[in-house]
Amino acid sequence: MKIRVKLFAVARQRIGRDSLEIELPDQPTIRHLRASLVEHFPALADIVTHSRLAINNEYATDTFPIPPIAEIALIPPVSGG
Amino acid sequence: MVSLTNDALNPAELLAQVASHDAGAAVLFLGTTREFTHGRRTTSLDYECYPEMAQEKLAELEAEARRRWPLTGCSIVHRLGHLALGEASIAIAVSSPHRHDSFAAGQWLIDTIKQVVPIWKQENWADGTSEWVHPGLTND
Repeated sequence: MKIRVKLFAVARQRIGRDSLEIELPDQPTIRHLRASLVEHFPALADIVTHSRLAINNEYATDTFPIPPIAEIALIPPVSGG
Repeated sequence: MVSLTNDALNPAELLAQVASHDAGAAVLFLGTTREFTHGRRTTSLDYECYPEMAQEKLAELEAEARRRWPLTGCSIVHRLGHLALGEASIAIAVSSPHRHDSFAAGQWLIDTIKQVVPIWKQENWADGTSEWVHPGLTND
């Protein structure tokens, strides 16, 4: 299935857009998403390793299944405050 | 109450929001933009966020702070966009019947916000370069 991933800060800067689309195997988990991002977007490889993924505004663990309809975001280490 | 804004922060307004006759203490924390970081000079900062999630996480942290400490008020505002040196990027005001709870809650809130709320800053260095700040990630 194809999903869209929102991008912020250095990830947005490197890709040049505020989101990307990526094809994943059926019944994907966050772990599949991480692997596909590294494979298809090498410019994000180091960022993906250090980032959390959010599904519908919540941080998701690597085994979390990605629902067919969801808002997904790559969250690099945060620096607010 | 939590909010995100592009406007200059108003600490007096925040303190007024947490005022209560049941409070014996009010603590205000301001995060301000610093000129030197590890000897490198900054001229300004830019903040961006993931708006829906940042708002939701801030609200969760306010609720958690109210669960952990007997607060009479708790207000958090984070600034976004372009900030000059010395401007406040975040203001946290908490009040409680006794001062220890306000200090503890304020400290916990700023420490936790810095770990979990999806907000990022970009340093605009004096040498003309700019760099997103991502703790733990070496940025080329």
